[in-house]
Amino acid sequence: MPKDLSERIILLFTIFAILTVTGAVAAMSLRNLVHSVLALTVAFSGLAAVYLLLGAQFVGLAQILVYVGAVAILVVFAILLTRDSGTVPLISGGSWRLLRGSGIVVFAVFGVLAWAICHSSVGRHTVHLSHDTSIYEIGNVMMQRFALPLEIVGALLTVALIGAVTIAMQEKEGRR
Amino acid sequence: MGEAADQFFVNLLHRLVDHAPAGVAPILSSLLSVVAILAVFASLFAVTTILERKGLGRIQNRYGPNRVGPFGFLQPVADGIKSLTKEDIVPHSADRVVHYLAPLVLVFAAFSLYAVLPIGRNMVLADLDAGVLFFFAVSSVMGLTIFMAGWSSRNKYSLLGAMRAIAQMISYEVPLILVSVTVIMAAGSLSTVSIVEKQAGYIGVLPRWYVFTPWGFAGFVLFMIAATAESNRSPFDLPEGESEIVAGYYTEYSGFKFALFFLGEYLGLFAISGLGITLFLGGWAAPLSFLTWIPSYLWFFAKLLAMIALFIWVRGTLPRLRMDQLMNFAWKFMLPMALIDLVTAGVWHFLPQGALRWFVCGALVVVPYVLLSRWLMQGWKLEKRVYRFAE
Repeated sequence: MPKDLSERIILLFTIFAILTVTGAVAAMSLRNLVHSVLALTVAFSGLAAVYLLLGAQFVGLAQILVYVGAVAILVVFAILLTRDSGTVPLISGGSWRLLRGSGIVVFAVFGVLAWAICHSSVGRHTVHLSHDTSIYEIGNVMMQRFALPLEIVGALLTVALIGAVTIAMQEKEGRR
Repeated sequence: MGEAADQFFVNLLHRLVDHAPAGVAPILSSLLSVVAILAVFASLFAVTTILERKGLGRIQNRYGPNRVGPFGFLQPVADGIKSLTKEDIVPHSADRVVHYLAPLVLVFAAFSLYAVLPIGRNMVLADLDAGVLFFFAVSSVMGLTIFMAGWSSRNKYSLLGAMRAIAQMISYEVPLILVSVTVIMAAGSLSTVSIVEKQAGYIGVLPRWYVFTPWGFAGFVLFMIAATAESNRSPFDLPEGESEIVAGYYTEYSGFKFALFFLGEYLGLFAISGLGITLFLGGWAAPLSFLTWIPSYLWFFAKLLAMIALFIWVRGTLPRLRMDQLMNFAWKFMLPMALIDLVTAGVWHFLPQGALRWFVCGALVVVPYVLLSRWLMQGWKLEKRVYRFAE
């Protein structure tokens, strides 16, 4: 890989990482719940951009489709259906003790993860990116090696879908 | 000559980029393509608004706009200038940032959809391996922008419209993606370019498009219905039902932001029509084998205009659905039919070519359609409507 390209990737990664972290921090700290959801979608999009940058097209696009398109809207629905239209800001001034406690937990988890990653074999050998074949390979693996799990998941989801529709279908007589 | 005309724009782009220094050439190439897409589809939007108003006028026994320019065809220019010069009113209690961002993100997402649409031979901005997935990923963002618009306006009509829009878009996204999966299965690819290539070639003079198979035809009809609902057009225009909730999620938008919503909506319509053309109607391929001398991009736009004409026709013909009818239709009819279509496509793939395949797959589509419709129509009293005063 030429130096210029890797530099560019690092630059892009930095931008997307800042975007993701900013979105996540905003989602935590904003007082308005709907604003938090919108900030969360920024974090999701930043994460998707990182996936795309790493050549994982399928994961990146699925991330946008599932998280930005579905999960964010699900959260929005949950907020709007349970609260007063999401317009009333929450009172959430956490106490100093809570903040300290959560800070300790966060740094402990981060420290352990960072230590584990640094000592694992992940960082030592480089992975060759194969941009052109990744989706083709995913398809092949899913259809051959993991065909049975895939079909079980597919059947499960279809049953869930049909079940949900069937439950919703039982409506009062005479309604059209 | 046909070849040269077909590749005219591709060669033009190469010629323009060749003269640029090596460092900026890729950027310049992308930039020129993007500018071309922006210009062409924004102009198509202008043309469509006037065609739609004229067409609806015809259907409703009136003239439509006929004051500006010959036959009123300069009306879009007048509308554009008007919306540019109008005051931009933001409600006092609105959430300013979100209110401002919503139309921008909507138009941005709508334009991004065109990146994967092959509008001619070798004419696609980005031939992604996961082109169809990209399309659905980006179009799912548009639902969120509609929520942003409706919620940030602090208006009950806006919020109601946004909730209706999201419920509708999510419900119809399921059959839309399921019927697209049939084509992905048949083509064995998620790339829009290779889906078009898979449909190339002719049997005699007829093309081998997916719409000319039992599952493809059913899929195309389902796709078109779901596409109408996805782009919030009549008869699925409840989110902006003017007789109930003013203008739905863009009630509180004025001036140029309103125009942006209008633009975004039409761009979404063109894009989803383009996807339908790519998936079922052979993309840029000519419909008959002796017509291949006409440049590919002209075929794409001819098909696109035909789809737009169909949408205008449907809009002028069908009355608006009620909310419960809309949901019932999506979950009780569209979803089962899409699932059956998916199975049919699989059966079609594994049966040997011949009359048997046509018979089995035709039955697999038609029989459930008839049974399902009969079952859903149970208890309906369909009789001649009696008018009390308008007889």
